[in-house]
Amino acid sequence: MSASMSGNVVSARGLRKGYKNKLALNGTDFDIPVGRIVGLIGPNGAGKTTALKAILGLIPFDGELKVLGKDPRTQRDELMNDVCFIADVAVLPRWMKVKEAIEFVAGVHPRFDEAKCKRFLEGTQLKPDLRVREMSKGMIVQLHLALVMAIDAKLLVLDEPTLGLDILYRKQFYQRLLEDYFDEEKTILVTTHQVEEIEHILTDVMFIRDGRIVLNAPMDAVGERYTEVLVNADKLDAARGLKPIDERALPFGKTVMLFDSTLFDGADAGQLAQLGETRNPGLADLFVATMKGTYA
Amino acid sequence: MNTSAQAMTMDEERPRAARPAPHATHKFKLLLKREFWEHKGGFLWAPIWAGGISLVLTLMALVVGEVAARRAVASGKMSFDGDININGLDLSALTSKMDAADLQKLAGGIDISTVMSSAWPLIVLAFVVFFYCLGSLYDERKDRSVLFWKSLPVSDRDTVLSKAASALLVAPLIAVGVAIACMFGFLLLVSAFVLLHNGNPLTLVWGPGNPLQLAGSMLATIPVYALWALPTVGWLLLCSAWSKSKPFLWAIMLPVFAGIFISWFDIMNVFNLESGWFWKNIVARGLLSAVPGTWFDVAHIDNAHITSSEAARQIESVHQLLSLQTTYSVLLTPQLWIGAAVGAAMIYAAMRLRRWRDEG
Repeated sequence: MSASMSGNVVSARGLRKGYKNKLALNGTDFDIPVGRIVGLIGPNGAGKTTALKAILGLIPFDGELKVLGKDPRTQRDELMNDVCFIADVAVLPRWMKVKEAIEFVAGVHPRFDEAKCKRFLEGTQLKPDLRVREMSKGMIVQLHLALVMAIDAKLLVLDEPTLGLDILYRKQFYQRLLEDYFDEEKTILVTTHQVEEIEHILTDVMFIRDGRIVLNAPMDAVGERYTEVLVNADKLDAARGLKPIDERALPFGKTVMLFDSTLFDGADAGQLAQLGETRNPGLADLFVATMKGTYA
Repeated sequence: MNTSAQAMTMDEERPRAARPAPHATHKFKLLLKREFWEHKGGFLWAPIWAGGISLVLTLMALVVGEVAARRAVASGKMSFDGDININGLDLSALTSKMDAADLQKLAGGIDISTVMSSAWPLIVLAFVVFFYCLGSLYDERKDRSVLFWKSLPVSDRDTVLSKAASALLVAPLIAVGVAIACMFGFLLLVSAFVLLHNGNPLTLVWGPGNPLQLAGSMLATIPVYALWALPTVGWLLLCSAWSKSKPFLWAIMLPVFAGIFISWFDIMNVFNLESGWFWKNIVARGLLSAVPGTWFDVAHIDNAHITSSEAARQIESVHQLLSLQTTYSVLLTPQLWIGAAVGAAMIYAAMRLRRWRDEG
C-alpha cells in the first residue's frame, strides 16, 4: 500500500555494500516509479549486479531500501510473490523438462498463469518433454521468458538477460516483453551492456559508476538535456569554448561534440545550432562520455 | 482457441486477481516432487537395479545348483528315483518329517535369507542419501540454478526442509518398497525351485516364513531411520550449503581430522572418555548414520530367552534384531535424540546459509 502511495516501486537511500577489496555500493540513492522500464547501465564492476541483488534480497547490505514497501532483507519471502527476476541466461536447472518447469512454477507461484505460459510456447521448438540440457542458449531464454511473462509480477528484474544470444533472439526477447508483458502497472528494471538495443524501449535510464548513481532521468529529459553537435572544422574553437563534455573526431574534418545543457548556461539550442548540425545523442555515446576515465 | 479466448476475457475482467496462494502443503508436495524429478536415478532406479541384480544372482545360483545336482545325478554320485529326490531326501516329505524345533529353524532360515535378499536396495539407499545430501545445496550453487529457485516465492526454509525430507523419508520409503518387492521376488524364486522338486511352497516356504511381518517391520523402521540419520543428513546438508568447492572432502576431512587430532593428544581424557568415544559418537554418527541398521549398536536387544544351540541362537538373535521391540528401543536412547537435535540444528544452519550466501 505504501508503495503505491509514494508511487515508487523501489526506493533506496544510502545503500552500502563492501566486498573484500572495494565498495560495490557506496551510498547509492535512487527511486524507481511504477510503470517504468528502467535501464541500469554502468561499466563492469560499477555495482549494477550488486544493486540488483540488494533489491532482490539475495545479499546483506547497509542502508535503507524498500521494494514495494517491503524490506528485501527481512520480508523476502512475501516480496517474491510480486517480484520476479531473470538473473542470467542458462540458470534454469539442466535436468528439468519443459513440462516440469511449468508444473513446478504453477504449483508454487500464486500469480502464474499456466495457460498463458503454454500460449507463449506455442509455435516454438520447446516441446513438453524437452530437457533444458538439450536446448540452445536462445531456447533456454525463450523458456525462461515464457515462464516469467506468465507471472503477473509488479516488478521484473532482468540482469543481462540476453548475454550471449544472437541478434534474432535478443530482438525477439525485448519485443515480446514490450508487446505481451509490459503495462502501466508493471515495472521493469534491466541491466545490459548492449545499450543500443534497449534504448528505444527504456522510459528511464540510470547510470551507475563506482557504486553511485551518476545519472537518473527519464529518457525524454535526457534528450532535452544533452545535445550532440556535428561541428565543422572552422568552428572547433568556438565550440570548445562552450565546454562540451565529450568530443570525438570523424573522418573528413568534422568533430562530434556532446553538450550538457545543465552544465553551461551559454550553450542554448540556438548557439549550438550555429555550430553545426544538432541531434539527440545515443545512449551509448552518452554512456561513454559519462564514464570517461573509469578504467584509467 | 475457444478456451484461450475465454481466458483472455477473464483476464480483462479481473486483470489483477491473483489466484488464491497455493496451499503450503501443496507447495511442499511440489518441492518434494521436484527433488524426485531431479534425483529419480538415485531414489528410484538405483534401488530397483540393485534389487533386480540381487534377484538375478539368486536365480543364477539356483540354476547353477540345479545343473550341478543334475550332473551329479547323471554321473551317479546322487541317486534319482521317480520323485525328485536329492540324496534320498524328498522335499515333499521334508516338512512332514520335521519336528517343532526343526520347523522353527526352517522358519528362521527362510526369514534370514528373505531379509538378506532385500538388503541390496537398502545398502544402495545409504549411498544415495549420502551423496544426495552432499550435492543438494552445492550443485544448485555451482550451476547457478539457485538463482532460478530463488526467483520463485519459495522460502529457503521450505526448500531445505524438502531436501531433508527427501533424504529422510522419500528415499527410504522408496528403497523399502523396492526391498519388500525383492523379498517377495526372492520367495517366488525359491517357491518355483521348490515346486520343481515336487515340494509344496506353501508349507515349505510361505507357511514357516513371515514375509508380511518382515515387510511390516521394515516399513515401521522408517521413522527410526529418519531420526537416527538426522545428524548425518544435517552435517552433509550443512557442508553442502557452506563449502565453496569440494563438499565431499570437507564433509569427510573435518570430522576425521578432528578425530585424529583428538586421538593424538588424548583430549577426551579431559572428560574421562576414551578417544574411541569421539570416533563412535561424533565421527561415525556424523558420517555413517544414514546406513540403515547402524542403530543396532545402541538398541536394547532382549537376550533373556536365548536357546542353547548355536544355530538356533543365531536365528533367534536375527529375529530379535529385526523385531519392532528392538528397533523402537532405540527411541528410548539419548544417542538418538541428542543426535537428532544436533542434526536439526545443522539443518537450520544450512537454511540460514542458503538465505545469505552470495553467489558472486
